[in-house]
Amino acid sequence: MARTAVSGRLTWRAATLAEARWESPTARTLVLDVPDWPGHLPGQHIDVRLTAEDGYRAQRSYSIASAWQPGGKVELTIQRLDDGEVSPYLTDVIEVGEQLELRGPVGGWFVWRPQQTAPVLLVAGGSGLVPLMAMVRARAVAGTRQPFRLIYSVRTPEDLLYGDELRRRVREDQGLDVHHVYTRKTPDGWPSPAKRIDVAALNTYGWPPDFGPDCYVCGPTTFVETAADILVALGHDPRRIRTERFGGTS
Amino acid sequence: MGIISRGFGGRRRESVPGLPPGQYLTHDFPVLSAGPTPRIPLDRWRFTVTTETGEKTSWDWKEFQALPAEDVTVDIHCVTKWSKLGTTWRGVSIETLLENVDTVAEYSMVHSFGGYTTNVPLEDLLDGKAWIAYQFDGEDLHPEHGGPARLLIPHLYFWKSAKWVNGLQLMPEDEPGFWEAAGYHMYGDPWREQRYQGD
Repeated sequence: MARTAVSGRLTWRAATLAEARWESPTARTLVLDVPDWPGHLPGQHIDVRLTAEDGYRAQRSYSIASAWQPGGKVELTIQRLDDGEVSPYLTDVIEVGEQLELRGPVGGWFVWRPQQTAPVLLVAGGSGLVPLMAMVRARAVAGTRQPFRLIYSVRTPEDLLYGDELRRRVREDQGLDVHHVYTRKTPDGWPSPAKRIDVAALNTYGWPPDFGPDCYVCGPTTFVETAADILVALGHDPRRIRTERFGGTS
Repeated sequence: MGIISRGFGGRRRESVPGLPPGQYLTHDFPVLSAGPTPRIPLDRWRFTVTTETGEKTSWDWKEFQALPAEDVTVDIHCVTKWSKLGTTWRGVSIETLLENVDTVAEYSMVHSFGGYTTNVPLEDLLDGKAWIAYQFDGEDLHPEHGGPARLLIPHLYFWKSAKWVNGLQLMPEDEPGFWEAAGYHMYGDPWREQRYQGD
């Protein structure tokens, strides 16, 4: 089962791409078969290492998108960055049946454990949804009833990750609420114009601070700075706000 | 392990001397923090050295600013794989802070506003290897990057360069700090690629 701390050396493992699917025009989920995977907690990441034919190597870190179940696979959702070096290979080049190297899981802070009893607020910016989605999925796997609220900021409806799955989970996973913030373009008939995440969104769709929620904020640096600052200003305990920032892993 | 990725490598970045293994060059300055960015008013800033016997020496912002400072240009390497070369900082060397401190401790814990900690062997803080920096690129250090003042210890992965520092605790034994307890390496030498426990 999932373990919280890493013991011994994290060795590189061969992973085989078992399945791949597009989540949006620029984001692809890789379903990886990793023999003897020790399990992981939602929010943890792995390192991927690629070796070119001439021996050149590059490594990048990616959040795990899937919840762990014994015998299960490891899923990553990769956002293509057009000027990137590794992400375009993972979104557009690698084919089912091919292998890559990975090691992990890494990270014991930006994680949610089913034993946590507080309500949870997840605040995602763009592909920052990925580790938070792992938490939503792990909640369902654990069959717990902790109330979860997800506020998901995304540029346009076309950029939504896991759109169908989130709609289904809102219906089926009891106690999960999802609110979207569209920053560039809204769906037809959306009640408000496109705007960035703000005090109103976090106040209306988050938890009141006196509920003592555990808050997880993940996204680009400016997004995380803004959202975390607002949560502190609204009265949330800074020690209960866990953040993960990325400048884009390319 | 003989896994070759056909079709990978065409977009490789410029090869740069001075990059530790597994790192790539960035010209940005990414931010990594475990939580919200604290805003610390200078009139509440204080830095305290505590020895293994409990003796304390501390400076308020004004006293700290009056200490002799150095300008340094160093390369920095983040465990998340980016490196940034030739960064310029101004700060007070740890050696200066420890000048009148009596200790036989071999380890230290660096403490920050907000409770963040990281462990560093004391000898890695001495001999011009580490500073409490309060300027970056000629300007006051922005809170996102650890201002008013952060540790700068460029020969270790950058998580060791704790932001928003407020204290240095000298210890006879090594103990893990915040990220170290969460699976990261106790020492963190980028040239030996000591990213995670056991590396």
